[in-house]
Amino acid sequence: MFKTLIIILLSSVFVDNYVLSRFLGICPFLGVSKKLDQATGMGIAVTAVMLLACAVTWPIQYFVLNALNMGYMQNIVFILVIAALVQMLELLLKKFSPSLHKGLGVYLPLITTNCAVLGVAINNINDGFTFIESIVSALGVGLGFLLAMVLFSGLRTRIHDANVPAPFRGLPVTLIAASFISLAFMGFGGIVENIFK
Amino acid sequence: MDILIAFLVVAAIALLLGILLAVISHFFAVPEDPTQQQVRACLPGINCGACGYKGCDDYAAAVAGGGVKPNLCIPGAQSVADAIGAIIGVEAEPFDDVVAFVACNGHCGATHNKADYEGVQSCEAAGMLFGGPGACTYGCLGFGDCAKVCPADAICTIDGIAHVDTSRCLGCGVCAKACPKGIIHMLPQDAEVAVMCSNKDKGVDARKACQNACIGCKKCEKTCPNGAITVVDNLAIIDYDKCTACGACVECCPTGCLKKVFFPNLPEGVEAEDLLD
Repeated sequence: MFKTLIIILLSSVFVDNYVLSRFLGICPFLGVSKKLDQATGMGIAVTAVMLLACAVTWPIQYFVLNALNMGYMQNIVFILVIAALVQMLELLLKKFSPSLHKGLGVYLPLITTNCAVLGVAINNINDGFTFIESIVSALGVGLGFLLAMVLFSGLRTRIHDANVPAPFRGLPVTLIAASFISLAFMGFGGIVENIFK
Repeated sequence: MDILIAFLVVAAIALLLGILLAVISHFFAVPEDPTQQQVRACLPGINCGACGYKGCDDYAAAVAGGGVKPNLCIPGAQSVADAIGAIIGVEAEPFDDVVAFVACNGHCGATHNKADYEGVQSCEAAGMLFGGPGACTYGCLGFGDCAKVCPADAICTIDGIAHVDTSRCLGCGVCAKACPKGIIHMLPQDAEVAVMCSNKDKGVDARKACQNACIGCKKCEKTCPNGAITVVDNLAIIDYDKCTACGACVECCPTGCLKKVFFPNLPEGVEAEDLLD
């Protein structure tokens, strides 16, 4: 049991990194990774929302959708629930933790439509995870996103100061750098499953 | 029938979430200070940070909180100070208009490089390496760190030194903070004479580094009828409270580092319109 959870956590951080292996959530990955503090803020906000979203969507799937035999409504219901959740989180943060709201507030509306959040909610159901497993998986995916953001923001500050050939300036060189990180993460493939053998 | 159930279930979920959101936003609403919003509406909103706060929102919050002067917004100048003063019921103090001025005339024809520099293209980085690639370690490095931070796009680098288009300059002083050499000064807008040099070396060394350098000969100090000029550390400094812009110092200066600047301070043959491209 514990071993399974560790494997789920590690594989969702490294092997199946949502940004670098599954290419979900690319928009904030490219958009908010210019500075380290912003990238960290975004990463933490996404992790929090993913945890919350999975904790809510799992019961909805099993106790509402499956019970009523309408699993095909999964996408629409999940989008609805996640969007409302993010709004609620923003309102509550504003009230109870203004400083945290100041730090994460600008990113929260962006996460409403983040495909990585929806992706992890749907994939948890598709993989047949139990409730605990899907929470751990969401935590792992969030941490993986945070890791990718932090790594990439470091790279981008270097790119910012580098003398890039004119045709590659801006987005092209950013995408090339992202592809290199993605290649590097391919190296994790097959490691996690074999750690506990 | 299935469709009807699906429709009803999704509608019920949406309704539930909607009610929940409405309840939360009602009970956990954060009251916003109307004074703060009024003050914020007066501010220019360019978030330059010249007031000493993180941005216009931050400054508005500080003013609304009380105890903060209404005349700190430099780009907004007197009109904004008056408007904010009217909102919070305080008479705004008079406001000095200032513009940024680059105290260096070491263009490519006057000075030379002591080394080739191919590192990171910023003044901050270049300045860390033996004081920069130029022969004069006090002068403008010309990589345009000031131009990058200027919120009004008023600075450009021509012939190795930064120039300020004073018709666009807001006087926020962000460039002065960004300059690693600290050679951008905020001068009163009606200043007509300025020392275009920051070199504090002795005359001989300064002259070797740059033809246009101030050699600290004190000729201006003796000539000035108002006693407005003093030479400190081999560099002339003008006291603008005493200066009458008579121009005597400009005529007597042997190296031409004292200049009538007649803002906008641009090199000869360059028009303000050229900078817009």
